[in-house]
Amino acid sequence: MPTDFNYLVGGEAGQGVQSVGLLLGKVFARGGYQVFADQDYESRIRGGHNFFRVRVKDSPVAAISEQIHVLVALNQETVELHREELSPDGAGIYDNGKSSGTPTDDWLFGIPMERLAEENAGDKIMTNTVALGAALAMVGYGLDTASAVLTQYFGEGKIAEGNVAAAKAGYDYTRENYRGKFRQLRPISQTKRMFLTGNDALSLGAIAAGCKFMAAYPMTPTTSIMEYLAAKAKEYDLVMVHAEDEIAAVHMAIGASYAGTRAMTATSGGGFCLMVEGIGLAGMTETPLVIIEGQRSGPAIGLPTRTEQGDLQFVLNAHHGDFPRAVLAPATVEDCFWSAVKAFNLADRYQIPVILLTDHHLASSYGTVEGFDLSKVAIDRGLLYSDKDGEPSGYLRHRLTESGISPRAFPGLGKALVVTDSDEHDEAGHLIEDAETRHAQVDKRLRKLSSLKREIGAPPQYGAKKPDCLLMGWGSTYGALREAVDILAPDVPVGLLHLNELWPFPAEVVSKAIQEAKDTYVVENNATGQLARLIRMETGKETKRILKYDGRPFTPAGIVESVKKELG
Amino acid sequence: MVTTADYAGLKSAWCPGCGNFGILRALNKALVELNIEPHQVLLVSGIGQAGKLPHYTKGNVFNSLHGRPVPPAIGAKIANPSLIVIGISGDGDAYGEGGNHFMHAVRRNHDITYLVHNNQVYGLTKGQTSPTSDLGYVTKSTPAGASSPVNPMFLALAAGATFVSRGFAGEVNHLSDLIKKGINHKGFALIDILQPCVSFNHKNTYAWYQQRVYKLEDEKGYDPANKDMALVKSQEWGERIPIGVFYQTTLPTYEDQIPALVKGPLVTQDIDPRRAKNLLAEFM
Repeated sequence: MPTDFNYLVGGEAGQGVQSVGLLLGKVFARGGYQVFADQDYESRIRGGHNFFRVRVKDSPVAAISEQIHVLVALNQETVELHREELSPDGAGIYDNGKSSGTPTDDWLFGIPMERLAEENAGDKIMTNTVALGAALAMVGYGLDTASAVLTQYFGEGKIAEGNVAAAKAGYDYTRENYRGKFRQLRPISQTKRMFLTGNDALSLGAIAAGCKFMAAYPMTPTTSIMEYLAAKAKEYDLVMVHAEDEIAAVHMAIGASYAGTRAMTATSGGGFCLMVEGIGLAGMTETPLVIIEGQRSGPAIGLPTRTEQGDLQFVLNAHHGDFPRAVLAPATVEDCFWSAVKAFNLADRYQIPVILLTDHHLASSYGTVEGFDLSKVAIDRGLLYSDKDGEPSGYLRHRLTESGISPRAFPGLGKALVVTDSDEHDEAGHLIEDAETRHAQVDKRLRKLSSLKREIGAPPQYGAKKPDCLLMGWGSTYGALREAVDILAPDVPVGLLHLNELWPFPAEVVSKAIQEAKDTYVVENNATGQLARLIRMETGKETKRILKYDGRPFTPAGIVESVKKELG
Repeated sequence: MVTTADYAGLKSAWCPGCGNFGILRALNKALVELNIEPHQVLLVSGIGQAGKLPHYTKGNVFNSLHGRPVPPAIGAKIANPSLIVIGISGDGDAYGEGGNHFMHAVRRNHDITYLVHNNQVYGLTKGQTSPTSDLGYVTKSTPAGASSPVNPMFLALAAGATFVSRGFAGEVNHLSDLIKKGINHKGFALIDILQPCVSFNHKNTYAWYQQRVYKLEDEKGYDPANKDMALVKSQEWGERIPIGVFYQTTLPTYEDQIPALVKGPLVTQDIDPRRAKNLLAEFM
């Protein structure tokens, strides 16, 4: 039997739900499993209801599943809110020292979690670690890996020791007192996999790609990127500026990039609204710029801690005027790393803004990755100019070329003067008004598109080739769509065409695939079918739409149900 | 030796008699006297007639958007601190559209020099009120008179500025000295410049300023190291208008406090993806 096991850890904000979820995931990732974990939390610091789902498989996984096998309830509310999601053979653990009355549900196992934490670790703050130990005991996983993970997480010393003791107390209590059936989920190999979020992978990709400057303003769901770069700034010789607002952030990144360093910013749709003028400035001055846009439910403040794919048309069209840009929408945690590397290379080579479009689901969900082969990280700064290339006084920042790309010089590194302007300008970068120069510069910038188009990779395909039923999606829905294809395949000739590089739009391959299918369903986390509209615009093809805009990610089962309903 | 000829730029599109000409002459004079070569300088300007100044001299130029010269100037300075970075704005650019950036650049003490061409009116859009227009000043957008103006000197002092000064476009030598002091100052140096607008401001004219301005350095007992004195002088506006250095002090710059810059400018540091190896291990 293949393993497909789901934990749900729930509680109030401040109870340590996230730590337990993260540590559980790490423990299984170290034991040879593949893990996908998502976070559902409210926009508050304390209280409310938060949960963290940890899905453990012995094969690749990049989607959530709603059926819970072990429910870890740090408060009573978690039991009530999630009892319907429990699988028929599922079980739950809860702190019986804190709940009033005795639940009659026979699937629930009470553990005096807070008391065990106080007695064994000397502090009730480690109650959640008692729960971690108990959760592992329920599946007979053993504590060796957990102890190592706790020590790595908390660092050697008293805090780690306390947590190891707390986990052991929860583990031992459960093994001795639980009367139900223990599951068997032992480590299957010593394979060490990385366990990280989409934001983590983007951060690592940016650092590996040589991003040395970031300016940003905190905004869910991308805040952890600026925090990560800030934390690593000293060790990795980079700078992260917490700017006064998103407008300043994008302009600081543009200034740093103009001066010659790889630079980026990160935000969400609301912050991107403020950054829009920077996109056009980068476009006009031909300054490389990487912007990470982690979407959340909009418009305005929307659902601040929830997911959506509602900004696609926005990022494609943000700013007035015509100029080239690229939009990448990584599909998985692993894809985030390589997309970041590609974004910096595209930005430098084409001297354009590049938008990395993710969403709350991908940004904050954890996945297992085998690793990133750093020897495959190629750095391409594009065409560069140095004083050796000619008489510096003749340097033209916006020289007219066949490709539309003019070699970059960096101010102060040579004698060549680097002049550029947000006004329309001539080859030297000075502002102009005449029609002829205007034409020449617009055309020059747009000429880049013809070679930029060829940079867009073949979209990932999965399932049947030339299927009757074609599913399409973009970005973070990849994992759920793949799994939906697996579920549907025995009954329906179904395949998936998934776009993780959206602009310039890969019109030919999309058009052909839709042409060959009987029905195409575009599955998106938004209310109007923004990809479906883009497909119509770029290919003239109509598609059917499966949409979800409640702030929650798709589940494979949810997609299957929608497709079956459509098929009748 | 650098000469004035090295700073010969394009022909300007300014109105004849514009206060900007004096500012341009003062800037060029300062750069020549400091023996700075054009390629060592980065001029970051905004939008408005002031924003065009970099095209009329020589240097590296980033002519940004309205209100935004300060953030790209900061980004460029951090990327390459060996650049002499000079921001160039008008009053609308600096204190209106870019007001938030101004306040925060001041308090973080980035090592840039900021010239604000302050003509108390919007020129490029042809005669509307500015954040510094005098109270009651009638313009096309304020037919009932302008509201109370912002006080750039007082604002900068309140925000914790380390160099606060005011020049006058009609006093080129004095202004040039201020610019030199600003460039030599380690930290954010504000040089607000009274700039007559001959086309749209018929109140604050050359003659109006000439009757009123006086130099702080000629004022007996004035000490620019004394912030209390500066706070008092910064509120003087009317029959007498002080120019010169209001306040100067020494504090660490933002750039001084960045560990990554100890090894040199970011732009000359190598990129080596393999360095990220240890970071990957932390996620195992």
